[in-house]
Amino acid sequence: MTQTLSAPAGTTAPPPARPRKVRRGRGGAILGVVAWIVGIAFFFPVAWMVFTSLHSEQAAATNPPDLTAPLTTDGYREFFATNPWPYLINSATASIVSTALVVVLALFAGYALAIRPVRKWSDVLFFFLTTKMLPAVAGLLPVYLIAQHIGLLDNIWLMVILYTAMNLPIAVWMMHSFLAEVPVAILEAAALDGARLPTVMRRVILPIASPGIAATALICFIFAWNEMLFARVLTGVVAGTAPVFLTSFVTTQGLFLAKVCAAATAISIPVLVAGFAAQNKLVQGLSLGAVK
Amino acid sequence: MTTVSLPAPAGVRPRRAAGRWARRGPLLPALLFTIVVTQLPFLATLVISFTDWNALYPDRRGFAAFGNYTAVLGDPQLRSSILTTVVLTVSVVLVSLVLGLAIALLLDRRFHGRAIVRTMLIAPFLVVPVAAALLWKHALYNPEYGLFNGILTGVFGQGAAQPDWISDAPMFSVVSSLVWQWTPFMMLILLAGLQSRSPEVLEAARVDGAGAFAVFRHITLPHLRQYLELGALLGCIYIVQNFDAVFTITAGGLGTANLPYTIYQTFYQAHDYGRASAAGVIVVIGSMIVATFALRVVSSLLKQEADR
Repeated sequence: MTQTLSAPAGTTAPPPARPRKVRRGRGGAILGVVAWIVGIAFFFPVAWMVFTSLHSEQAAATNPPDLTAPLTTDGYREFFATNPWPYLINSATASIVSTALVVVLALFAGYALAIRPVRKWSDVLFFFLTTKMLPAVAGLLPVYLIAQHIGLLDNIWLMVILYTAMNLPIAVWMMHSFLAEVPVAILEAAALDGARLPTVMRRVILPIASPGIAATALICFIFAWNEMLFARVLTGVVAGTAPVFLTSFVTTQGLFLAKVCAAATAISIPVLVAGFAAQNKLVQGLSLGAVK
Repeated sequence: MTTVSLPAPAGVRPRRAAGRWARRGPLLPALLFTIVVTQLPFLATLVISFTDWNALYPDRRGFAAFGNYTAVLGDPQLRSSILTTVVLTVSVVLVSLVLGLAIALLLDRRFHGRAIVRTMLIAPFLVVPVAAALLWKHALYNPEYGLFNGILTGVFGQGAAQPDWISDAPMFSVVSSLVWQWTPFMMLILLAGLQSRSPEVLEAARVDGAGAFAVFRHITLPHLRQYLELGALLGCIYIVQNFDAVFTITAGGLGTANLPYTIYQTFYQAHDYGRASAAGVIVVIGSMIVATFALRVVSSLLKQEADR
């Protein structure tokens, strides 16, 4: 939809577009400039983080900032010298495995809520949503005690389970709204041909719902990658995730600004890349599929 | 469309029940998983909240009745953290909603490089929350080498004021960093709302000679109402739970300890399991009240989607 809206005006300008353009005139140009200024202002801290990360510690800690200081990758070198790899791998494991689990579970749940719905399917749907609205911190202590009891503390598979549960409600909602768009006629035709559920899933539903699955996976990945409270309490040296590593990183004495900025940038890159690549899917996911 | 009842042989009881379970089958794994992992802990929290249980004194465990609740509600620190949570949540949601609306209106127009501006605006939301909090604390707020004071020195020379942002205005510091992260979220939802206005109605209003303000007041704003509500309620849900910013920027000091942080502290450092659970139950009750409204808004939006 944005495609049609942002189509270049004037190239094949149809007559009706004319009067609008005239009315916008100079005021429109000024508002465009304002939008640019706002955009740059919001982006600036991110740019500053990257810019600082490419400086030496001395150059990063000057006041006023030294804009002409030579660029260096020392910050990144020092960050990777502290061996963040186990933490990054933990984060990747927890995010990717939990996202995969979520997508599979939500796909089947979505089928039972949208395509061949159970009775009171909307109540079930709202039950999923309510679980997301209760603050997770209230369940932290029992989870800690149980994990301690069964020896799952500081184990990355505990985080996989928790992140799956954390993201499942969002995913079920999104999957429901995507699967509700699968045309009934196609499903009936498939049923008449005698196709069974796994076949219908693979041949009919997956191709139609794949953009929705991508959106769901994106959101779940971002939330799992970002999570810190549970990881901080439930993991330690073995299963620590990247955000936990990042907080422990600052206690170093002396100048550390460039190094921290390098670490913050490095850890944010997977999310930034995923989010930029799928901007339109972000809204859908964040609003639990209510906004298309 | 939801009643696609396949021609099941009617009247045969067992077959029918089997059909019902065939329908439920695909749903059960997700449902059971969610109940076991997310709901049972709350139940445990409720039970623990009625016990006297401090991990540092394991032999003194016992039934506390409402002891933890009176202790929690009587503790000025915990009471102030309830207030802090409300202030933090409301101010972040309101400011980012207003800013988000203004920016969405700017982006709903055609101008050169709109896609680039939109991409730049989304960036703050895509920085890992802990990383964003560290960025604000060390690279922007730091009184000696932070960017804000650096700009002050750069503009006003060496004698410029050098405020210690976080100590002087702790709440403002936390709120600003969160507003920066959440404005893009509000903007995205409201922009989607603006773009779902019917072009015919807008064109008709324009043909009838309605000015830009009249269109905004009588068409855009009523249409956006649901999206504003949705943004506000989702924002509340996420920001009530905020831990990363409070933990990183002020470490809960200077009157910025919100409920998640205080519960974390009570449990993780004071090891008072009973009280931490009682505080948790109070948060859950508060959230349920907010959630009731949220559900109503979401369901009305969904109905609209279905009608379309």
